[in-house]
Amino acid sequence: MSTVFIAFQTNETSRGIVEAITDDNPTAVVNEQPAMVKVDVPDSMTIYRSTIEEKLGRRFDLQEMQVHLITLSGHVDESDDEFTLSWKQ
Amino acid sequence: MTDIANAPKAATTKKPGLKERYALMTRGLDWETTYQPMEEVFPYATYEGIKIHDWDKWEDPFRLTMDAYWKYQAEKERKLYAIMDAFAQNNGHLGLTDARYLNSLKLFLTGVSPLEYMAHRGFAHVGRQLPGVGARVACQMQSLDELRHAQTQIHSMSNYNKLYDGFHSWRHMHDRVWYLSVPKSFFDDAITAGPFEYMIAIGFSFEYVLTNLLFVPFISGAAYNGDMGAMAFGFSAQSDESRHMTLGLEAIKFMLEQDPDNLPIVQHWIDKWFWRGYRVLTLVAMMLDYMLPKKVMSWKEAWEIYAEENGGALFQDLARYGIRPPLGWQQACDDKEHLSAQAWSTFYQYQGAAPFHTWMPSAEEMDWQSEKYPDSFDEYYRPRFEHWAEQEAAGNRFYNGTLPMLCQVCQIPMLFTEPGDPTRICYRESEHKGETYHTCSDGCKNIFDYEPEKYVQAWLPVQQIYQGNCFGPDADPTAADFNPLLEVIKWYRMNVGVDNSPYEGSRDQQNFQAWKQQTTSNAPAGGSPAGA
Amino acid sequence: MAVAAVKEYVGVPKDTQDKFHGAQLTFIGWLDHLMFCAPFAVPLPPDMPFGAIIEGVLPGACGHHPDFAKIDWSTVEWTKGGKPFSPDPAKSLTENGMRHKDSITFRTPGLTGIKGSST
Repeated sequence: MSTVFIAFQTNETSRGIVEAITDDNPTAVVNEQPAMVKVDVPDSMTIYRSTIEEKLGRRFDLQEMQVHLITLSGHVDESDDEFTLSWKQ
Repeated sequence: MTDIANAPKAATTKKPGLKERYALMTRGLDWETTYQPMEEVFPYATYEGIKIHDWDKWEDPFRLTMDAYWKYQAEKERKLYAIMDAFAQNNGHLGLTDARYLNSLKLFLTGVSPLEYMAHRGFAHVGRQLPGVGARVACQMQSLDELRHAQTQIHSMSNYNKLYDGFHSWRHMHDRVWYLSVPKSFFDDAITAGPFEYMIAIGFSFEYVLTNLLFVPFISGAAYNGDMGAMAFGFSAQSDESRHMTLGLEAIKFMLEQDPDNLPIVQHWIDKWFWRGYRVLTLVAMMLDYMLPKKVMSWKEAWEIYAEENGGALFQDLARYGIRPPLGWQQACDDKEHLSAQAWSTFYQYQGAAPFHTWMPSAEEMDWQSEKYPDSFDEYYRPRFEHWAEQEAAGNRFYNGTLPMLCQVCQIPMLFTEPGDPTRICYRESEHKGETYHTCSDGCKNIFDYEPEKYVQAWLPVQQIYQGNCFGPDADPTAADFNPLLEVIKWYRMNVGVDNSPYEGSRDQQNFQAWKQQTTSNAPAGGSPAGA
Repeated sequence: MAVAAVKEYVGVPKDTQDKFHGAQLTFIGWLDHLMFCAPFAVPLPPDMPFGAIIEGVLPGACGHHPDFAKIDWSTVEWTKGGKPFSPDPAKSLTENGMRHKDSITFRTPGLTGIKGSST
């Protein structure tokens, strides 16, 4: 089993994104470090636009994540509604 | 998955979805040339032996199109410059934990930022030479990203140049100073390779396997030590790197899926570029363990998270194509116990030739090393550092006055020890056309032996100094009082005795202390700060 | 394959002996003494007696180490290119078979650095 991860700069938008990730990926482990937050999930994680919108209370384009993103690991598959990182394809 | 109850419905005039938009912006934009044969338009597309049958199989997983690229990059820039301006405007440098921290930035500015610029040039070149449109669009974006990284780093660190020593001649130094030939030759090697090798070298090995170690724990450490400027440029750059990593991974999958003959070529490049990149990271190991006054994690911990765990997952995944972990992987994992201490020992003793300050760790910092490196620090490095600290206290600081032997490939002094024996220097030797060449490891020897005609040309700083090629025009080697090493330092444009002095007693140290005092007192500091 | 290239490609070495103004480059490592982080690189006249390395070169390079003054040179073990080497101190480097860019090491039995740490 391999872990995928994604890390964001610590800010108000990424707080909502991380909450969305942990809601939708129950095995997520959140790891806070100076100025950044890293989320690890075994095998794969999916980030849903709709959950982020619910957390932030506004419309959200998944590509907006790039403004807050620091790094990630795993194969990326992105559509308008979902962003998936996985080691199984 | 949840829905927003009152979300507006999608407009009936249907906007194309992300996948459709990406296809529109990256497909059907090319044509078969008729005035010139295609192989002359793309002269470097085949000589490396990589076979591509269908460029339309290239897919950017982020599906980033040029319009979205401009939009989000502009937003990143606005945020970044707002932070940098605020930091400078409010004398943010006085919020640093300690001015020792700045020496890691001097290393960054002289060693890393020029590589960002070279990456910009490299991706512009490769973007011109790859015959597939999807790959060309991706390279164009990455080329712009890399230029942005160079510029934002220079802008951010130029603030320190107003107040601190050693930041002034980074570009001049990059092409000359002995240890800067390590990152410089790394990138020169990549950019003089063919376009496919470059994609593996920088796009895959460097971006995917290695940049996390620089731009995540070190930059988190910059934030931890109060440097909002470096935090902002570092994380902003790494957000682009996520895209680059994803593209590097796509490039490797694409080559492996296009033709089975590509596998051995790609495997060799992974072996080579993992090792080349790992050797450059020697500097990062030392930055994390010795140069950050407040430490976020040890090099060993960072290696375990970002190389062993993340890289391990990656190579496990690539096994389905027949790819195995790079040669040297195990050695790199074993050497995590020693790398930073061996590197810091080197810079400490060659302080006179380095434009940043060094120091011995305090007793508390040595205890941190013992805790992080229980299997190596007390046995091998504490006796060395305590001896040096005692000598320094007795007014007999150790300087190594004789130039070191360098590795022909990575150009690092031959400071690395044999796998499994940290008490013995690792020597490897090759012969080519009657000449002897020395390398520091099996990894560097393999690289040399595979393409000796390339590496025999290495501009090794020590050899160049002894040939008399590293003096300024006003130096007179026939003068009775000619001091060759001093002339080399001047040719480097170091401010002699200021940039290259030990931290203890340096102008940086004195100024920082004086300015810090002024932040909490209305009394003038004891005289004007040194050199201000 | 000596290099991957689009056409005939010949590399020109930048450190052949003719470029060192009559000297030959010699690399010298003191085993078990990693206080000196890497072997030394020194340009030496090929007709220099080997003994001048011991008397003229090494004191300046290694003198800072407390073990250096304790060396009994009659017991020192040399290698060249990784193989045992018995240089005659009275003979020149060339007569001792040393060529440009040869790498030699010496071990000083009984001396293993600061607190025996190979430093």
